[in-house]
Amino acid sequence: MTTTPTRTRPSASRTRGGIGESVGRPDGVPKVKGEFEYSSDLHVEGMLWGATLRSPHPHANIRSIYTSDAEAMAGVFAVLTHEDVPGRKVYGMEIPDQPVLAWEKVRYQGEAVALVAADHPETARLALGKIRVDYEVLEPVTDAETAMSEDAPKLHLSGNELRRVDVRHGDPEAAAEVVVEGEYEVGMQDQAFLGPESGLAIPDGEGGVDLYISTQWLHVDQDQVAESLDLPPEMVRLTLSGVGGAFGGREDLSMQIHACMLALHTSRPVKMVYGREESFHGHVHRHPAKMRYEHGATRDGKLTYVKANLIFDGGAYASSSNAVCLNAATFACGPYDVPNARIESHMLYTNNPPCGAMRGFGAVQVCFAHEAQMDKLAEKLGMDPVDLRLKNAIEPGMKFPFGQEVPYPAPVREILGRVREIPMPDEQEAMGRDLRELPGGVSNTTHGEGVRRGVGYAVGFKNIGFSAGFDDYSTARISLSIEDGEPVVRVYTAAAEVGQGLVMVQAQIARTELGVENVVVEAADTRTGSAGSTSASRQSYVTGAAVKEACEKVRERIFELVRDEFGESDELAIEDGNIISDGREIAPLMEILDDGEISEIVEFHHRATHPLDENGQGDAHFQFAFAAHRAVVEVDVELGLVRVVEIATTQDVGKVINPKALEGQIEGGIAQGLGLALMEEIRIQDGEIQNASFTDYLIPTILDMPPVKMEILELADPEAPYGLKGVGEPPTIASTPAIVAALRNATAMELGRIPVRPEHIIGIPKKPPDELPQPESSRYSGIGRLEDRRET
Amino acid sequence: MKLRLMVNGESRETEVREGESLLYVLRERLGLFGSKNACEQGECGSCSVYLDGELVCACLVLAGQAEGSEVVTVEGLSEGERLHPVQEAFLEAGAVQCGFCTPGLIVAAHDLLSRNSEPTEAEVREALAGNLCRCTGYEKILTAVQMAAETTP
Ligand code: FES
Ligand code: FES
Repeated sequence: MTTTPTRTRPSASRTRGGIGESVGRPDGVPKVKGEFEYSSDLHVEGMLWGATLRSPHPHANIRSIYTSDAEAMAGVFAVLTHEDVPGRKVYGMEIPDQPVLAWEKVRYQGEAVALVAADHPETARLALGKIRVDYEVLEPVTDAETAMSEDAPKLHLSGNELRRVDVRHGDPEAAAEVVVEGEYEVGMQDQAFLGPESGLAIPDGEGGVDLYISTQWLHVDQDQVAESLDLPPEMVRLTLSGVGGAFGGREDLSMQIHACMLALHTSRPVKMVYGREESFHGHVHRHPAKMRYEHGATRDGKLTYVKANLIFDGGAYASSSNAVCLNAATFACGPYDVPNARIESHMLYTNNPPCGAMRGFGAVQVCFAHEAQMDKLAEKLGMDPVDLRLKNAIEPGMKFPFGQEVPYPAPVREILGRVREIPMPDEQEAMGRDLRELPGGVSNTTHGEGVRRGVGYAVGFKNIGFSAGFDDYSTARISLSIEDGEPVVRVYTAAAEVGQGLVMVQAQIARTELGVENVVVEAADTRTGSAGSTSASRQSYVTGAAVKEACEKVRERIFELVRDEFGESDELAIEDGNIISDGREIAPLMEILDDGEISEIVEFHHRATHPLDENGQGDAHFQFAFAAHRAVVEVDVELGLVRVVEIATTQDVGKVINPKALEGQIEGGIAQGLGLALMEEIRIQDGEIQNASFTDYLIPTILDMPPVKMEILELADPEAPYGLKGVGEPPTIASTPAIVAALRNATAMELGRIPVRPEHIIGIPKKPPDELPQPESSRYSGIGRLEDRRET
Repeated sequence: MKLRLMVNGESRETEVREGESLLYVLRERLGLFGSKNACEQGECGSCSVYLDGELVCACLVLAGQAEGSEVVTVEGLSEGERLHPVQEAFLEAGAVQCGFCTPGLIVAAHDLLSRNSEPTEAEVREALAGNLCRCTGYEKILTAVQMAAETTP
């Protein structure tokens, strides 16, 4: 990683392990030893195993549910249905429309219908098989366009339109000298975190329950669980357990209410762990999208207008679809100066699996489309694709098409210019190379023949944090005391560490602000106020700011004590556990603090945002982050197999807090972008998932992932703590379109759909199976019969 | 039924129920939760352990098949507080994020380095292709294995 220093802190502290250093993870040692406790590892004596019966049908009426046979089984302690939900029978983050357990109707395949608790997971599984549900199967609504039509069955009382956002900007009738149109499609991606949904609920014997859980947001879980259990929130206490990745897929509830219901019902601890197949049904996915675009430009390459019609499949329930729909509408034009725009963003209910948050959150889909359009336009104009982007790059002080002024920094031009300057990988002769360095690898499909190289660029951006009027905040409590003769800082928040490294960031901030090396980040639980969600790349900023401000308050109180003792002192600071005045050590912290503890709580709210008006105009977002990518690919054009040779990226992060963790976020984010470009899709047919396993849903392996070259910009955001920007999502946004652009460059194919499959690259037309030759037809006889192959 | 086996150098005996996998027994019967359960289908490598010296996916081994065998899990690689060089390297390189893949990768990397003390980049990639990681993008894992190769005697 190279960083371009653009701002240095005036007085860098001497305390080790502060911001800017690659400090190690406090949970690192237990993780490499296998001792870190994930939510699936929890165990208490006498616990039962919970399991969930799910609907096999995407759309059906439930006539009746018979549970007696399951209840009669030895080892079964409870069988619960919707009738046993004590409180609100539905849940949901934005709109509570999803049944805790289905009644009357199921709206997607995999919807939870009944629960079992048993003394062994296998007994629980067998008991599920004994529950008889009488379904009246209904025709499912299997795509968003069908859901829009007048005669489609209404899946919810409110109709099938879940949300619509229109953005109208400038002259709706603007005409242009050069026009390009395109249709784009994005398949349904899965977060595919490795740690399965799991947790342990322990009844407290007084009607309340403690839940140990992996989640992204403890408090939003607590509120929803308490509501459905009909308990006051303080009787539902949540503690974060080890989280095996999240990427948006743990923002909604999975087994939280279910485990608590079973535990309260049986008065025994209940553990639930989803298997991988169940996990595919047990969390929301990235929204599939169909997008129609029209770009108009002048002959010399200035954008005149963008028109876009975006249709998202929200699936059966709302999840966070509302916000995704808004995000997509606001980012639809890309980070460009677009004088006139007309964007329609539609979010529909269907009988497909519910979709919600995934890294990139609405920005990913539209970035694939707007970047493909920019390339198309460049080609039509005979311009270099990067030059066209540079010419139209948005800048601070301009207006986004949704009416918000572009804040500083918005270095679109810089990151594009710099990513182009990163040295290209050496072009080695394809023939005779190590197989592992060719498309197809050790499958031995080519020795270099038919291999073509391509290069593609893309740039993307996204909001950091929650938007459109949401009161987004985080709470931190900092305590400083002397333990065993040493000053110790303890950080208490409810912020979820999901692997990204927030535990390091919190400790680094505390060290920097308080000059004490020994910082303990305590386990997150609901005893501290909400930290908001670990999503939208927001925790370093929002929880980071709360920790920073609480530390500043603690520090100010120490300085008061110092002034009390030493009188007015100049330029006070704390470094390495010592009070510094005017550059000289005047006393150890220990002396000042004695046996006392200083503790401060801060609730940090970021600048208010506002909902969009009816023309899609408003100050909806509070921070924007930008990243550009360049992909180099090699394609076996005969078989459509791809090897990504290298990804280069430039990202503005405001301030690097932990260089190694930052690199990890960028590399990991790019891997997920690569997955969406080339392989990752939940395939759905008639509302049913066809590939709910890691055998059939492919995520990139170490063989698929190329080296990443990166250049980091540190253009400080004047409002943010240390000037930092959220970093988690931008790597996942433009990496996908950059790879697809490189594929187009290598193959000259249009490639309007992701993931790009081999058949798209070699141009096998999409035909329904009944039009392909059938075994008994004469045309079939010539195709690939074993005898034929033996003869040749 | 009863199952007897050696785990990390200790002889262990436990009741098992028909159909339980070695992974289930290690985790739920013997309390060794280091081997992970990301797919239980042999696809992700998060449950990698040594069975009589062979690298296997514990989720694909029926408990009964391990009767009388010697099993080494990630918990058996460090000596008390002293981490194995592969574990050190994973920390040093920043190869751990959520860490769910880590135990399996550490066992798999340990196995690779015991067979090939100086693997090329392509050899590392090939050897670890059966271990999925969703967080890191593998760059730091590759670095970790190369670092471990340098420090492993
Ligand atoms: S859990 Fe055994 S390979 Fe995935
Ligand atoms: S670190 Fe999370 S899966 Fe590898």
